Amino acid sequence: MADVNRGNRPLSPHLTIYRPQWTSMSSILVRITGNALIVAALMIVWWFVAAAAGPEAFATANGFVTSWFGDLVMTLSVLGLWYHLLGGLRHLVWDSGRMLDVDKSELAAQMMMVLSVLLTIFTVIVV
Amino acid sequence: MAFLTDRKRATGMGSAKTGTHHHWQMMVTSVALLVLTPLFIFTFGSILGSSYEEVIAYYQRPFPAVVAILTLLVGFFHYRLGVQTLIEDYVHGFARKAAIICMICVSYAAAAFAIFAIIRIAL
Repeated sequence: MADVNRGNRPLSPHLTIYRPQWTSMSSILVRITGNALIVAALMIVWWFVAAAAGPEAFATANGFVTSWFGDLVMTLSVLGLWYHLLGGLRHLVWDSGRMLDVDKSELAAQMMMVLSVLLTIFTVIVV
Repeated sequence: MAFLTDRKRATGMGSAKTGTHHHWQMMVTSVALLVLTPLFIFTFGSILGSSYEEVIAYYQRPFPAVVAILTLLVGFFHYRLGVQTLIEDYVHGFARKAAIICMICVSYAAAAFAIFAIIRIAL
Protein backbone atom coordinates (compact mmCIF):
# COMPACT_ATOMS: atom_id res chain seq x y z
CA MET A 1 0.00 0.00 0.00
CA ALA A 2 2.66 2.48 1.02
CA ASP A 3 4.62 2.23 -2.22
CA VAL A 4 1.56 2.53 -4.44
CA ASN A 5 2.02 4.83 -7.45
CA ARG A 6 0.20 8.04 -6.54
CA GLY A 7 1.18 10.41 -9.29
CA ASN A 8 0.57 8.58 -12.54
CA ARG A 9 -2.72 6.75 -12.26
CA PRO A 10 -5.16 6.72 -15.19
CA LEU A 11 -7.76 9.48 -14.99
CA SER A 12 -11.46 8.72 -15.23
CA PRO A 13 -13.19 9.86 -18.44
CA HIS A 14 -13.71 13.58 -18.09
CA LEU A 15 -15.99 16.36 -19.30
CA THR A 16 -14.74 16.48 -22.89
CA ILE A 17 -15.94 12.99 -23.80
CA TYR A 18 -19.32 13.14 -22.06
CA ARG A 19 -22.52 13.86 -23.95
CA PRO A 20 -24.13 16.92 -22.29
CA GLN A 21 -26.82 15.92 -19.78
CA TRP A 22 -29.58 18.01 -18.21
CA THR A 23 -28.20 17.23 -14.76
CA SER A 24 -24.56 18.17 -15.41
CA MET A 25 -25.30 21.22 -17.57
CA SER A 26 -27.88 22.68 -15.17
CA SER A 27 -25.45 22.19 -12.28
CA ILE A 28 -22.52 23.84 -14.09
CA LEU A 29 -24.78 26.76 -15.05
CA VAL A 30 -25.64 27.33 -11.36
CA ARG A 31 -21.93 27.75 -10.65
CA ILE A 32 -21.30 29.98 -13.68
CA THR A 33 -24.29 32.26 -12.98
CA GLY A 34 -23.48 32.53 -9.26
CA ASN A 35 -19.90 33.58 -9.82
CA ALA A 36 -20.65 35.82 -12.81
CA LEU A 37 -23.07 37.84 -10.65
CA ILE A 38 -20.03 39.51 -9.04
CA VAL A 39 -19.86 41.84 -12.08
CA ALA A 40 -23.38 43.22 -11.60
CA ALA A 41 -22.94 43.20 -7.81
CA LEU A 42 -19.84 45.39 -7.99
CA MET A 43 -21.60 47.72 -10.46
CA ILE A 44 -24.50 48.08 -7.97
CA VAL A 45 -22.05 48.78 -5.10
CA TRP A 46 -20.37 51.45 -7.25
CA TRP A 47 -23.83 52.94 -8.00
CA PHE A 48 -24.70 53.15 -4.26
CA VAL A 49 -21.29 54.58 -3.29
CA ALA A 50 -21.61 57.18 -6.06
CA ALA A 51 -25.13 58.10 -4.91
CA ALA A 52 -23.76 58.59 -1.38
CA ALA A 53 -20.84 60.67 -2.69
CA GLY A 54 -22.94 63.26 -4.53
CA PRO A 55 -24.68 64.27 -7.78
CA GLU A 56 -21.56 64.39 -10.01
CA ALA A 57 -20.29 60.94 -8.98
CA PHE A 58 -23.86 59.60 -9.28
CA ALA A 59 -24.18 60.97 -12.82
CA THR A 60 -21.03 59.07 -13.88
CA ALA A 61 -22.01 55.75 -12.24
CA ASN A 62 -25.68 56.00 -13.21
CA GLY A 63 -24.69 56.88 -16.79
CA PHE A 64 -22.60 53.71 -17.00
CA VAL A 65 -25.11 51.40 -15.28
CA THR A 66 -28.01 52.65 -17.46
CA SER A 67 -25.99 52.71 -20.73
CA TRP A 68 -26.66 50.02 -23.36
CA PHE A 69 -23.72 48.06 -21.95
CA GLY A 70 -24.98 48.44 -18.37
CA ASP A 71 -28.48 47.44 -19.47
CA LEU A 72 -27.04 44.35 -21.18
CA VAL A 73 -25.07 43.33 -18.06
CA MET A 74 -28.08 43.99 -15.78
CA THR A 75 -30.55 42.10 -17.98
CA LEU A 76 -28.24 39.08 -18.31
CA SER A 77 -27.59 39.27 -14.56
CA VAL A 78 -31.32 39.23 -13.80
CA LEU A 79 -31.54 36.05 -15.91
CA GLY A 80 -28.49 34.65 -14.08
CA LEU A 81 -29.91 35.66 -10.70
CA TRP A 82 -33.30 34.01 -11.28
CA TYR A 83 -31.59 30.89 -12.62
CA HIS A 84 -29.18 30.76 -9.66
CA LEU A 85 -32.06 31.32 -7.23
CA LEU A 86 -34.00 28.39 -8.74
CA GLY A 87 -30.80 26.31 -8.66
CA GLY A 88 -30.40 27.12 -4.96
CA LEU A 89 -34.01 26.16 -4.37
CA ARG A 90 -33.31 22.82 -6.08
CA HIS A 91 -30.30 22.32 -3.77
CA LEU A 92 -32.50 22.97 -0.72
CA VAL A 93 -35.05 20.44 -2.02
CA TRP A 94 -32.24 17.93 -2.63
CA ASP A 95 -30.86 18.55 0.88
CA SER A 96 -34.24 17.57 2.30
CA GLY A 97 -33.87 14.22 0.50
CA ARG A 98 -36.48 14.92 -2.19
CA MET A 99 -36.33 14.82 -6.01
CA LEU A 100 -33.02 12.94 -6.07
CA ASP A 101 -34.07 10.52 -8.86
CA VAL A 102 -32.52 11.22 -12.26
CA ASP A 103 -35.85 11.84 -14.02
CA LYS A 104 -37.07 14.27 -11.34
CA SER A 105 -33.70 16.00 -11.30
CA GLU A 106 -33.86 16.43 -15.09
CA LEU A 107 -37.40 17.76 -14.83
CA ALA A 108 -36.20 20.30 -12.25
CA ALA A 109 -33.37 21.32 -14.58
CA GLN A 110 -35.81 21.93 -17.45
CA MET A 111 -38.15 23.87 -15.14
CA MET A 112 -35.23 26.02 -13.93
CA MET A 113 -34.38 27.01 -17.51
CA VAL A 114 -37.98 27.76 -18.54
CA LEU A 115 -38.91 29.56 -15.30
CA SER A 116 -35.74 31.69 -15.23
CA VAL A 117 -36.49 32.97 -18.75
CA LEU A 118 -40.16 33.64 -17.87
CA LEU A 119 -39.19 35.42 -14.62
CA THR A 120 -36.64 37.51 -16.53
CA ILE A 121 -39.26 38.57 -19.10
CA PHE A 122 -41.64 39.38 -16.22
CA THR A 123 -38.91 41.41 -14.46
CA VAL A 124 -38.02 43.37 -17.61
CA ILE A 125 -41.72 44.20 -18.16
CA VAL A 126 -42.42 45.20 -14.53
CA VAL A 127 -39.11 47.05 -13.93
CA MET B 1 7.69 8.65 4.60
CA ALA B 2 7.87 5.86 2.04
CA PHE B 3 7.71 3.27 4.85
CA LEU B 4 4.43 4.58 6.30
CA THR B 5 1.26 2.72 5.40
CA ASP B 6 -1.83 4.67 4.29
CA ARG B 7 -3.53 3.77 7.57
CA LYS B 8 -0.58 5.08 9.60
CA ARG B 9 -0.53 8.29 7.58
CA ALA B 10 -4.20 8.99 8.38
CA THR B 11 -4.40 7.84 12.01
CA GLY B 12 -4.74 10.63 14.56
CA MET B 13 -5.32 13.38 12.00
CA GLY B 14 -9.06 13.61 12.73
CA SER B 15 -11.66 14.90 10.31
CA ALA B 16 -11.49 18.23 8.51
CA LYS B 17 -14.10 19.40 11.10
CA THR B 18 -15.34 22.48 9.28
CA GLY B 19 -17.02 21.10 6.16
CA THR B 20 -20.57 20.94 7.51
CA HIS B 21 -20.38 24.47 8.88
CA HIS B 22 -19.67 25.82 5.38
CA HIS B 23 -22.64 23.88 4.02
CA TRP B 24 -24.92 25.04 6.85
CA GLN B 25 -23.99 28.69 6.29
CA MET B 26 -24.68 28.18 2.57
CA MET B 27 -28.15 26.79 3.40
CA VAL B 28 -29.02 29.62 5.79
CA THR B 29 -27.90 32.36 3.37
CA SER B 30 -29.70 30.59 0.46
CA VAL B 31 -33.01 30.61 2.33
CA ALA B 32 -32.56 34.26 3.31
CA LEU B 33 -31.71 35.21 -0.27
CA LEU B 34 -34.77 33.36 -1.62
CA VAL B 35 -36.77 36.15 0.05
CA LEU B 36 -34.30 39.02 -0.25
CA THR B 37 -33.28 38.84 -3.91
CA PRO B 38 -36.82 39.13 -5.40
CA LEU B 39 -37.48 42.08 -3.04
CA PHE B 40 -34.20 43.67 -4.11
CA ILE B 41 -34.77 43.06 -7.84
CA PHE B 42 -38.12 44.84 -7.75
CA THR B 43 -37.15 47.70 -5.38
CA PHE B 44 -33.76 48.44 -6.96
CA GLY B 45 -35.09 47.80 -10.45
CA SER B 46 -37.98 50.23 -10.02
CA ILE B 47 -35.72 53.15 -8.99
CA LEU B 48 -32.80 52.43 -11.36
CA GLY B 49 -32.89 55.00 -14.16
CA SER B 50 -34.48 57.73 -12.02
CA SER B 51 -32.88 61.09 -11.20
CA TYR B 52 -30.39 61.68 -8.36
CA GLU B 53 -33.02 63.37 -6.16
CA GLU B 54 -35.56 60.56 -6.67
CA VAL B 55 -32.93 57.89 -5.86
CA ILE B 56 -31.86 59.67 -2.65
CA ALA B 57 -35.49 60.15 -1.56
CA TYR B 58 -36.30 56.50 -2.33
CA TYR B 59 -33.39 55.11 -0.30
CA GLN B 60 -34.26 57.36 2.65
CA ARG B 61 -37.33 55.17 3.10
CA PRO B 62 -36.70 52.30 5.56
CA PHE B 63 -37.98 49.36 3.51
CA PRO B 64 -35.95 49.77 0.28
CA ALA B 65 -32.85 50.74 2.30
CA VAL B 66 -33.04 47.73 4.64
CA VAL B 67 -33.79 45.36 1.74
CA ALA B 68 -30.71 46.68 -0.10
CA ILE B 69 -28.47 46.46 2.99
CA LEU B 70 -29.57 42.91 3.85
CA THR B 71 -29.39 41.68 0.24
CA LEU B 72 -25.88 43.01 -0.31
CA LEU B 73 -24.65 41.90 3.15
CA VAL B 74 -26.04 38.36 2.94
CA GLY B 75 -25.37 38.20 -0.82
CA PHE B 76 -21.67 39.02 -0.51
CA PHE B 77 -21.32 36.58 2.41
CA HIS B 78 -22.98 33.89 0.25
CA TYR B 79 -20.65 34.84 -2.62
CA ARG B 80 -17.61 34.63 -0.33
CA LEU B 81 -18.54 31.00 0.49
CA GLY B 82 -19.44 30.09 -3.09
CA VAL B 83 -16.35 31.54 -4.72
CA GLN B 84 -14.20 29.69 -2.16
CA THR B 85 -15.70 26.40 -3.39
CA LEU B 86 -15.04 27.44 -7.00
CA ILE B 87 -11.39 28.28 -6.26
CA GLU B 88 -10.89 25.07 -4.27
CA ASP B 89 -12.06 23.06 -7.29
CA TYR B 90 -9.93 24.70 -9.99
CA VAL B 91 -6.91 26.41 -8.39
CA HIS B 92 -4.12 24.51 -6.66
CA GLY B 93 -1.13 25.13 -4.40
CA PHE B 94 -0.14 28.61 -3.25
CA ALA B 95 -2.35 30.30 -5.84
CA ARG B 96 -5.38 28.66 -4.20
CA LYS B 97 -4.72 30.24 -0.81
CA ALA B 98 -3.88 33.59 -2.40
CA ALA B 99 -7.07 33.57 -4.50
CA ILE B 100 -9.31 32.55 -1.58
CA ILE B 101 -7.88 35.27 0.70
CA CYS B 102 -8.15 37.83 -2.10
CA MET B 103 -11.81 37.01 -2.87
CA ILE B 104 -12.78 36.95 0.83
CA CYS B 105 -11.30 40.44 1.17
CA VAL B 106 -13.07 41.63 -2.00
CA SER B 107 -16.40 40.25 -0.72
CA TYR B 108 -16.23 41.91 2.70
CA ALA B 109 -14.89 45.16 1.24
CA ALA B 110 -17.73 45.33 -1.31
CA ALA B 111 -20.31 44.62 1.41
CA ALA B 112 -18.78 47.30 3.67
CA PHE B 113 -18.79 49.92 0.89
CA ALA B 114 -22.38 49.10 -0.03
CA ILE B 115 -23.68 49.23 3.55
CA PHE B 116 -21.79 52.43 4.37
CA ALA B 117 -23.14 54.09 1.23
CA ILE B 118 -26.78 53.03 1.81
CA ILE B 119 -26.70 54.13 5.46
CA ARG B 120 -25.19 57.46 4.43
CA ILE B 121 -27.94 57.97 1.84
CA ALA B 122 -30.64 56.94 4.30
CA LEU B 123 -29.54 59.15 7.22
